[in-house]
Amino acid sequence: MGLSRREFFKVGTGSAAALLLGFDARPVLAQAKELKIARTTETRSTCPYCSVSCGVIIHTLGDKAKNVTTQVVHVEGDPDHPINRGTLCPKGASLFQEIKNERRLMRPQVRRPGSTQWEDISWDKAIDEIARHVKKTRDETFVDTDANGKTVNRCEGIAFNGGCTDTNEFNYLIVKTMRSLGVCYMENQARV
Amino acid sequence: MSNGNLEIRAISGHTGGTPGGGEYRQPDGSTHAGASRDYDVCKLIDTTTCIGCKACEVACVEWNGYEFRETTFDNTYQTMPETAWNFWNLIKFNEHQRADGTIQWLMRKDQCMHCEEPGCLIACPADGAIVQYTNGIVDFNQANCIGCQYCVTGCPFNIPKFNEATKKVYKCTLCSDRVGAGLEPACIKSCPTGCLHFGSKEDMKFEAAKRVKQLHDNGHADAGIYNPGDPDERTSADGIKSTSPGSIGGTHVIYVLNDAKHPENYGGLPPAPSVPFFVKMWKGPLKWLGGIGLVAGVFGVFMHYIRFGPKEVDKVEEVKR
Repeated sequence: MGLSRREFFKVGTGSAAALLLGFDARPVLAQAKELKIARTTETRSTCPYCSVSCGVIIHTLGDKAKNVTTQVVHVEGDPDHPINRGTLCPKGASLFQEIKNERRLMRPQVRRPGSTQWEDISWDKAIDEIARHVKKTRDETFVDTDANGKTVNRCEGIAFNGGCTDTNEFNYLIVKTMRSLGVCYMENQARV
Repeated sequence: MSNGNLEIRAISGHTGGTPGGGEYRQPDGSTHAGASRDYDVCKLIDTTTCIGCKACEVACVEWNGYEFRETTFDNTYQTMPETAWNFWNLIKFNEHQRADGTIQWLMRKDQCMHCEEPGCLIACPADGAIVQYTNGIVDFNQANCIGCQYCVTGCPFNIPKFNEATKKVYKCTLCSDRVGAGLEPACIKSCPTGCLHFGSKEDMKFEAAKRVKQLHDNGHADAGIYNPGDPDERTSADGIKSTSPGSIGGTHVIYVLNDAKHPENYGGLPPAPSVPFFVKMWKGPLKWLGGIGLVAGVFGVFMHYIRFGPKEVDKVEEVKR
């Protein structure tokens, strides 16, 4: 950067005047570290780990405009949540690592029977295979009538386990789906 | 964002007042007129309700954005032997055998104590590397740190840690960025058992005293508050007067201990922490003596010139050469 003689005097006298008049260094130093969540979007969510289902706030940087890719910068407890009231356990406190982690699983994988390897699978193929397995298992294990000859229409070969972050809407759909298949063994992790 | 709580009370390296302000707290404890001390923040750690879950450890690393570092296993649940430059908050697990043979499992959250008279700040020679805000938070500004590690010598709690890669010293900031914006520190927020509290120093002393009374009523006769050197006699159960030499004058992190008579059982908490004598000497009297010596030296040279005049080269010596 070139600094002309005139500019040098300008800056020089300016600095000298600031020093003489008592330039207050306090605000400069006080703002040395900026609050990293000062301009974030707060999204309420639920910790996915255990059945306590603590409320968390996910802090996202970026105003979600059309051309912006947002970035999660911090996750901490939700003070308004009645279960944890802002607190978190060590696992919950590390939730940011679950979102932004190079070891995070980004696509579905399958481990075939007898195999020791996980292999990538497309969502379409995965759903297709799951449907095929459900159909096959249901057909093989369906119980029309019990020992007394009563109609029961049970599918005893399938069980379903829900997670603590499942929403009401998701649970409604899951119960409807499973009941229509005749599944009786339904449980939720949140009750464990 | 308001920084109202983050006005500087003391700053390292300056012999005079705070640049642009008059709120400098001298190493000997005296303050200039007009020093604002109306809202001291404080962290209260009730070790009797800590379950050692380490949520505060994780919350601290998360908030400050450090990578999770390698941990060590030494037959306890402790994450590593000491705090590190990028791990400021460590739960110390201690098994202590009482005289009657029973075992006490003591847990203590180890971090910067944010002393009223910080030894690190007294020792620091770098301009503006260590800052004490008027609310009591002692903060390091790594941009101004020269890596001399005198603060490590000055600290009675072995808290500042040197990073070999950046040649700077780091420690807990009491989340000065959060506190400045009106939030509580990250560790306080995470604590699931509620053994960590945050508020004004007055309130925390009140809460601590309330808890100690409760413990006394429940038969824990040795329970007490750890707040060494605090002028408030009620809360400095150790009996260390704030006026004793080297006293840290109370801390902005106070403990409720089940056995306040033996804080050393809690992973080496010093019973009578003080700023090392040499640090006080070096930054106090020796500094003045050095200044006087310098002036005296210049004066002596001047007087020599007046008395004997300029140095004249001896003719004989010149011939010899």
